[in-house]
Amino acid sequence: MPGVEGFMYPNEVELQWSVLIVLYPFLTGLVAGAFILASLERVFQVQAVKPTYRLALLTALAFLLVAPLPLQLHLGHPERSYEMYLTPHRTSAMAMFGFVYLWYLMAVLLLEIWLDYRRDIVVLSQSTTGWKRLIYRVMTLGSSNIDEHALAIDERVGWLVTLIGIPSAFLLHGYVGFIFGSVKANPWWSSPLMPVVFIFSAMVSGIALVMLIYMLVTWSRKEAIDMHCVDTVASYLFYTFIIDFSLEMLDLIHRIYESDESFRSLDFMVHTKLYMSHIVVQIMLGTVAPILLLALTQVLKLSEMARKRIYVLAGCLTLIGIFAMRWNVVIGGQLFSKSFLGYTTYKMGLITREGLLVAIVLMVLPLVILWVLVKLLPPWPEKSSGSLPDAAPAH
Amino acid sequence: MNITRRHMLVLLPAAAIAWKHVLAGTPEASPNYTMSEHWWGMLIDLPNCIGCGNCVRACQTENEVPDGYFRTWVERYHVTDYDIENPHVDSPDGGKKGFPPAKEAGGKNFFVPKLCNHCADSPCTQVCPVGATFISPDGVVLVDKTYCLGCRYCVQACPYGCRFIHPKTLTAEKCTLCYHRITKGLTTACCEACPTGARQLADLKNPNDPIHEFLKTHNVQILKPYMATHSKVLYNDLDGSVR
Repeated sequence: MPGVEGFMYPNEVELQWSVLIVLYPFLTGLVAGAFILASLERVFQVQAVKPTYRLALLTALAFLLVAPLPLQLHLGHPERSYEMYLTPHRTSAMAMFGFVYLWYLMAVLLLEIWLDYRRDIVVLSQSTTGWKRLIYRVMTLGSSNIDEHALAIDERVGWLVTLIGIPSAFLLHGYVGFIFGSVKANPWWSSPLMPVVFIFSAMVSGIALVMLIYMLVTWSRKEAIDMHCVDTVASYLFYTFIIDFSLEMLDLIHRIYESDESFRSLDFMVHTKLYMSHIVVQIMLGTVAPILLLALTQVLKLSEMARKRIYVLAGCLTLIGIFAMRWNVVIGGQLFSKSFLGYTTYKMGLITREGLLVAIVLMVLPLVILWVLVKLLPPWPEKSSGSLPDAAPAH
Repeated sequence: MNITRRHMLVLLPAAAIAWKHVLAGTPEASPNYTMSEHWWGMLIDLPNCIGCGNCVRACQTENEVPDGYFRTWVERYHVTDYDIENPHVDSPDGGKKGFPPAKEAGGKNFFVPKLCNHCADSPCTQVCPVGATFISPDGVVLVDKTYCLGCRYCVQACPYGCRFIHPKTLTAEKCTLCYHRITKGLTTACCEACPTGARQLADLKNPNDPIHEFLKTHNVQILKPYMATHSKVLYNDLDGSVR
């Protein structure tokens, strides 16, 4: 049979989860990571990363809005997906998806963004005209009181929401890891470390993305990049990356040393079909290289320009590496037979429903949404974007 | 308490949802059949299997299984005497048209029919996000096609590779143990078509079923016992190399 080596159970030849299911953990990981970066400023009082705070929140929202789309496109019957809300199966990890997603979207992210931007929204609803005014008025949700007392309450509630948001972000992505880690039939996935590895890799990817977007946006606005901020974000990226890499290595060493019945099959797969995406792209290019680059900035006293270049390169490599990690988990976990006697091949379509083109659109879509969100709710400090006009506090 | 129109507006959708939940786990009805009196499984008497593929063909005809997908299939094992942990296995077109003569000399050859194991603790049922796949009270793992989302999580969760997504309905498919037949007192299509009696439908709850005597007197095993799925497809004389 073409694309098959050795023996596969006959129903295993065709892969069940495509590149869209690779995108899903990648996107939710970016959401969770971006949110955790934002929480550094809000809850842990890391003032240095403040310039990225609002941008991180908007990035998380933009990616979260797109996150369910690959799942919907993948379902055989997307029109039935609402059943997960009406009759969720209590023993299914996947059944919780809708609830975890809605909780995170409605109770955490939207609420926090609204509370943080409420003053700006009220001011903009009074200073703008036409359809923009209408949008901002709707966004006030009828709450136009921005006196000191009201803003103090916003601040306090916002802090509380962020506090709840941190475990929620862990839940959002740890849960995705659990979906894979709890499949006992698949030794490539089945591991209690999987949710933890997913959480740390999420933090790595989210921090790298926000760092890159902050640098890109600031550069495009011809503003000076706050190097103290970027240095701090990069140092967090470095430390988180070391934890993530250690966990992944722990998993790898454990598998190699234990060498259970699946090892021979998985080892062969990593050295053949997954060699490029796992060894070269994920481990060497996407993990070791950025860690070494970031380590350079920690050890050496480099010029500002050199640090910027290193951060951009390390950030891009990190995102490629984390995407490769998701790829290797999702696709890699389906390339070998559960009989451990053979291997199949993943054939990605180009313009099919679950093909490359759709995947590219789904990767670009969050950036488009982010652009709209940034236009609607500018995250910059007021002095640089033309100060928001003062509005008389409404009563 | 007076039920007002406002109450009705709240109660009716809630009742509809509850009723839907009840119906979701109900297999198709058959008169004069009491589910609680049965606990179905299957006995595969491996020394009797000749790899003719009759069972695969009968299943495909009976259940309109699309080409290239299998509710049941037959594997041929070739185990050499110097590497018993790494058998050579083939199953051309699921063994539907039988097998060509074995190429390998030495060692031993035997056939292993496979199908859904109708596990009492089935991982596929556990992971289904909406409960579209369920275990009927008589021990058969079934799929409600009108309810299945086609998320494919059950296909991933099955340790035996028994599930697939039907290319037309885009829902999960698998062996139903010919539920439409066994609830009418018939045996499954594969058992009926087997010329050597290597496949026997077994009612583990029926004290008069010959399976009980067979289990007492034969070396009967299940596939992948370490998966702890409480499989109900029982293999007589199962070689340790089979997976």
